[in-house]
Amino acid sequence: MEKILQVKDLELSFHTFAGEVKAIRGVSFDLNKGETLAIVGESGSGKSVTTKSIMRLLPESSSEFKNGEILFNNHDLTKLTDKEMQKIRGKDISMIFQDPMTSLNPTMTIGKQIMEPILKHQKVSKAKAKEVAVELLKLVGLPNPEMRIKMYPHQFSGGQRQRIVIAIALACNPKILIADEPTTALDVTIQAQILELMKDIQKKVDTSIIFITHDLGVVANVADRVAVMYGGRIVEVGTVDEIFYNPQHPYTWGLLSSMPSMDLEEERLYAIPGTPPDLLNPPVGDAFALRSEYALQIDLEQAPPMFQVSKTHFAATWLLHPNAPEVEPPANIIERMKTFRGSRYYEETTGGEA
Amino acid sequence: MAEKLLEVKNLKQYFNAGKPSEVKAIDNISFTINRGETFGLVGESGCGKSTTGRTIIRLYDATDGEVLYDGVSVHGNKSKADVKSLNQKMQMIFQDPYASLNPRMKVLDIIAEGLDIHGLVKNAKDRKQKVVELLETVGLNKEHADRYPHEFSGGQRQRIGIARALAVNPEFIIADEPISALDVSIQAQVVNLLKDLQKEKGLTYLFIAHDLSMVKYISDRIGVMYFGKLVEMAPAEDLYKNPMHPYTKSLLSAIPLPDPIYERTRVRKPYNPNDHKYGTDEKVEFREISPEHFVLCSDKEFEAMKKELK
Ligand SMILES: Nc1ncnc2c1ncn2[C@@H]1O[C@H](COP(=O)(O)OP(=O)(O)OP(=O)(O)O)[C@@H](O)[C@H]1O
Ligand SMILES: Nc1ncnc2c1ncn2[C@@H]1O[C@H](COP(=O)(O)OP(=O)(O)OP(=O)(O)O)[C@@H](O)[C@H]1O
Ligand SMILES: [Mg+2]
Ligand SMILES: [Mg+2]
Repeated sequence: MEKILQVKDLELSFHTFAGEVKAIRGVSFDLNKGETLAIVGESGSGKSVTTKSIMRLLPESSSEFKNGEILFNNHDLTKLTDKEMQKIRGKDISMIFQDPMTSLNPTMTIGKQIMEPILKHQKVSKAKAKEVAVELLKLVGLPNPEMRIKMYPHQFSGGQRQRIVIAIALACNPKILIADEPTTALDVTIQAQILELMKDIQKKVDTSIIFITHDLGVVANVADRVAVMYGGRIVEVGTVDEIFYNPQHPYTWGLLSSMPSMDLEEERLYAIPGTPPDLLNPPVGDAFALRSEYALQIDLEQAPPMFQVSKTHFAATWLLHPNAPEVEPPANIIERMKTFRGSRYYEETTGGEA
Repeated sequence: MAEKLLEVKNLKQYFNAGKPSEVKAIDNISFTINRGETFGLVGESGCGKSTTGRTIIRLYDATDGEVLYDGVSVHGNKSKADVKSLNQKMQMIFQDPYASLNPRMKVLDIIAEGLDIHGLVKNAKDRKQKVVELLETVGLNKEHADRYPHEFSGGQRQRIGIARALAVNPEFIIADEPISALDVSIQAQVVNLLKDLQKEKGLTYLFIAHDLSMVKYISDRIGVMYFGKLVEMAPAEDLYKNPMHPYTKSLLSAIPLPDPIYERTRVRKPYNPNDHKYGTDEKVEFREISPEHFVLCSDKEFEAMKKELK
């Protein structure tokens, strides 16, 4: 499989009034050509910062790149000049931001904003660019694009703005599309349309997608692989089936347990106890240990390395060490594992299948 | 007997009325919310949910119709004292946590703003203490008080917005997608928190959201909107078990589940508003199909639905 992007040992901090916020503490992952990698994880765990650092979009005054490489087409993006980076941004790599309102210019019509990257990166006439813009808006399901193209961002609903942002990101058929919560503001029917659209475009131009979302249902729908982040690190990565049906890290267990189910009758939802780690003074060992009932003594002393579960599945938890005691995951996780060939709880389904 | 806290009657909100760019953001909707209950509002993006919330809280004047809070109309001329009291009783948590927090203010001052306006704290120490309590209530901590909004992640900012709304002890909260920017565990925390606060303080909520599994979980009754109109309204359980309007059915069929194998084979029911083929003389109105369960439909559709329900 061809790797289109490799992130290696990324470390990054912010300098704030209160001190150094160690937001990214050693993140490594690959993105394969044509795949969708979902990044999930706690709010504040570093998902947006990781992807913004790929785009080199963090404020230079307050952020400090401490270590790491980001390889795209054999170029280390961290070493490019601003000018070289500008040529890549919006053309080869484009990003849908988490906050649609701040990524749209309030004083410019949306038509102009969609035409901008097209005129910048492709040699086409204004009339042609406008045609493409209308076409894109139709594609993302905005009603009445010919007329609406003349309107300003504040005249659209939250979800409509989000679709405009998606249209801008798709304008130049990027090689890598980074989508930070692209469908969070959308209702499920339009969300489904946008996900289909992204898959279509992916097939057509072989785009690779990094998809950040909190919605595990969406992850199940779009992802080929999933990376789970916690406290500035990736704690587990694997194929979508491995993460949903054979999760290994206690944080992943907690995450999957917090989803309400549709036929839920219980009074309270499960929420992971405790508060997120303080990134001003990150914990020494496994950052999740203080909130985990599965924590071992060593979790408080030493950060776990990535243990390999399968060719594609890795998790940073001491529970996978050969000397670790065998623990029982939460009941709902065991239910998931029962369906996964290769998990220790796998149950051959008997009957039913002819 | 349920006591009505909020009544929305034939509310209309047209933007750019009369111009070619006219948008009928809300087109004649009516519903009531009882004291202590949670009313969920769901629907297509752009169908008018936020506009409904914003009109109720008087960010917009209504084009037509009425909103009564505790029996008193919220729009029209009001004395300063009435406005202030309404502003304390009704609070809104905004959909866009970025745009709604002043970037030049520290979190401490953002959250304390309402406390100051309504004179709810005695001195600086009391003020800080109250803010720290609120931060902890929403799962943040006291170190966060001295930071600025841009130093927070999306989910953290949304929690600041929630703390701000809770600060003035409101009785009615309009929560516009309060949890969609949060990760599931924190969503669960916030939803549990909203439920606890409701029990403790008898709060009433209008809860706007896309995530139907959460809406179902938190709401007593749910209204479904499509293009400025309420198309269905029912008790939460009933709506999920017996959806009647084809748009509601389509919506329910599109909920993604955290189950990759299921997702690979899921079938969605598309909705096309032209399929109704209403005749010009047909009366399309809100009809009660079972107790408390209303559907926007024609007489013919109503008969068909009644058969379907049996
Ligand atoms: N400009 C900044 N200055 C200081 N700290 C920052 C800044 N931007 C982000 N951070 C901090 O870095 C950490 C990672 O933030 P990031 O935005 O990547 O989180 P996230 O995983 O995207 O969360 P969410 O799901 O809530 O969007 C957080 O603790 C956040 O407070
Ligand atoms: N200030 C405005 N001027 C003109 N049109 C507007 C304005 N505000 C909203 N609209 C339009 O009114 C309709 C309803 O918008 P609203 O924000 O209420 O939708 P919503 O249901 O909250 O959608 P979402 O789920 O995407 O947030 C949309 O078509 C929108 O474009
Ligand atoms: Mg983020
Ligand atoms: Mg809205």
